Amino acid sequence: MNFSKTLAGKLLLTSELPLTKPTIDYLIRTDQLKQLPSITTKYGRYQCNRCGNKNKQLFANIPCARCNHTHLYCRNCVQTGRVLQCDTLITWNGTVPSWSLQAQPCYWTGTLTPPQQKAAQSITQAISTHQNELLIWAVCGSGKTEMLFPAITKSIKERKRICIATPRADVVRELFPRLQHAFPHTEIEALYADSPDRTDKGQLIISTTHQLIRYHEAFDVMIIDEIDAFPFHHDQTLPYLTDRACKLDATSIYLTATPRPEHKRKIRQRKLPVQFVPIRFHGYPLPIPTLKIEINLRKKLKQGTEPKALQQFLVTRSTSRQLLIFVPTIELLKKVADHYQEVAVHAEDPARKEKVDQFRQKKIKTLVTTTILERGVTFPSVDVVVLDAGHHVFDEAALVQIAGRAGRSPGDPTGDVLFIHQGKTNAMEDAIAQIKMMNKKGKKR
Amino acid sequence: MTYCLKCQDWISQSVTWSTLFLPSQQTSLCDSCNSQLVRINGAICEKCGRQMPSRMICDDCKKWQTNDKYRDVLQFNRPLFPYTPFMQEIITQWKYRGDYQLKEIFTPYIKKEIRNFYPTKSFTIVPIPLTDERHQERAFNQATAIAEVIATHYENSIITALSRKSSHSEKQSKKSRQQRIKTKNPFFLTKSLETDVLLVDDIYTTGMTIHHAAKLLKEAGSPNIYSFTLAR
Repeated sequence: MNFSKTLAGKLLLTSELPLTKPTIDYLIRTDQLKQLPSITTKYGRYQCNRCGNKNKQLFANIPCARCNHTHLYCRNCVQTGRVLQCDTLITWNGTVPSWSLQAQPCYWTGTLTPPQQKAAQSITQAISTHQNELLIWAVCGSGKTEMLFPAITKSIKERKRICIATPRADVVRELFPRLQHAFPHTEIEALYADSPDRTDKGQLIISTTHQLIRYHEAFDVMIIDEIDAFPFHHDQTLPYLTDRACKLDATSIYLTATPRPEHKRKIRQRKLPVQFVPIRFHGYPLPIPTLKIEINLRKKLKQGTEPKALQQFLVTRSTSRQLLIFVPTIELLKKVADHYQEVAVHAEDPARKEKVDQFRQKKIKTLVTTTILERGVTFPSVDVVVLDAGHHVFDEAALVQIAGRAGRSPGDPTGDVLFIHQGKTNAMEDAIAQIKMMNKKGKKR
Repeated sequence: MTYCLKCQDWISQSVTWSTLFLPSQQTSLCDSCNSQLVRINGAICEKCGRQMPSRMICDDCKKWQTNDKYRDVLQFNRPLFPYTPFMQEIITQWKYRGDYQLKEIFTPYIKKEIRNFYPTKSFTIVPIPLTDERHQERAFNQATAIAEVIATHYENSIITALSRKSSHSEKQSKKSRQQRIKTKNPFFLTKSLETDVLLVDDIYTTGMTIHHAAKLLKEAGSPNIYSFTLAR
């Protein structure tokens, strides 16, 4: 039996191994499986070797019935299977899997625009020169997925293993069929909680970052989509997991439209190579947000009176486009939606998916939303309004992303973006500066 | 500086003069989780302890009372919480995901209420057992965990007088009421007790498990059998 395809690069609990007890024992005896301690304690510090958790508060004691001792278990990763101290983690130490040789794996027939091509080239180059990292700073709607195809093609030809990691399961679900179409003869897996497309032997893996908890030195190429997105920059665990899932000489490609300050600093210090894609795939510049001040805006919103700026905007705008209204809080969401008799959607809304689908099919004219629709969603022809753009949930990245919802289609490449505020904030100015910078860069070429 | 046991968010405790000098009681849940954890209050069913509009006996318990086999085996059951979706989440995380530490959520409530529930003070605490296989799989028995909390505050001893036959290891939660009532008694006695007994389990749904266990103990000579569950 050959287990290398299913087990190589994995880091599993004994209970997660798809093998019988005698087989496991045999593989351990023949040194094809290696056992690692699950939780290590050193100088009074603990570390879970599965999720990397070092926070003492996220460990607890359990009187274990398996070993009849009271010992630690990790509470940080208990949602993906409990790590007991008396258990071991298991990695593959046998033969290296060999992925099938494909002369022409890519069946995608579209063409890339010149800026996309340039980015695609630099990704391919980074991988072939074993460059450590590369950040692709591509504006919203520049066609990021397509830019990856040449590099993925080359990697598959070289029989490398590739992972596309993204913080959100929605994106995994969307990417999976697209990549299956483009690479029909490649073993592709989609990993998210309760995914039906888990085959355990993918050469190309599309995964939420949380699922990488079961991988260890597995990938030659790690592509991280939307590296700035929540919860990636929020949670210590996730960078640890993506790092561990890479082989030692792997290349990491980061995709983002709005890098976090920490990445921007590294770019400025020339510690992180960057490739800009400043122009959308349809070649039109990004719409620049208009700022409109409204005195006592927060008070008005609280009382449920209509802000004048919004009233004016609604009267003057052409009605051919749909309208997205972003509000900072769920409380306000209900008030605004009630006032305009419009549909509202937020993260815990059970009908969230249906409402967004209806909006996409143009059955709804206007949608009031919180920041959940700030990224990853594409509606062809919308105007965007941000109410109380000075609220702290709208940071620079969020505002750039929100502005990036407008003018997505070649048929209607412009759109109005209006920020209504009661006092300009740095975030607003920085967001506009960033958009202008990108447009300038785009014009140059 | 603690985390919520349920959602692992920070718990921010406001600093006042009194908390500055006398640290307030350790809370294990954040405010939003705590507000979702509702207690049973007001009128309850005298038998099973579920929340009722007025003090009476609920339909389920009436069925038990008309059943010749099980009519008088159990004095009454007392739960702490209604089985809300939130409660279900906690118990799932605790029992099935195996997050043992979550028992601390219940500890203060058990400590506070357990003395008011039962007429006698001396009884033997008997946790509902798991089959050996499931016990190995989970690495702990949730009923024993509750029983231990009770025992530390009630100065009674825990005796595992029951065992579970492994052929009946299907999870109760996967069965309907009809299927549960029809199941054979999955327990057998490992020790007979002459004292009053407090049976301990995590959830009382149809009451089948508790009644099965109580019947065995009653036949073996325990005069009065009470039961305690976290949820009803």
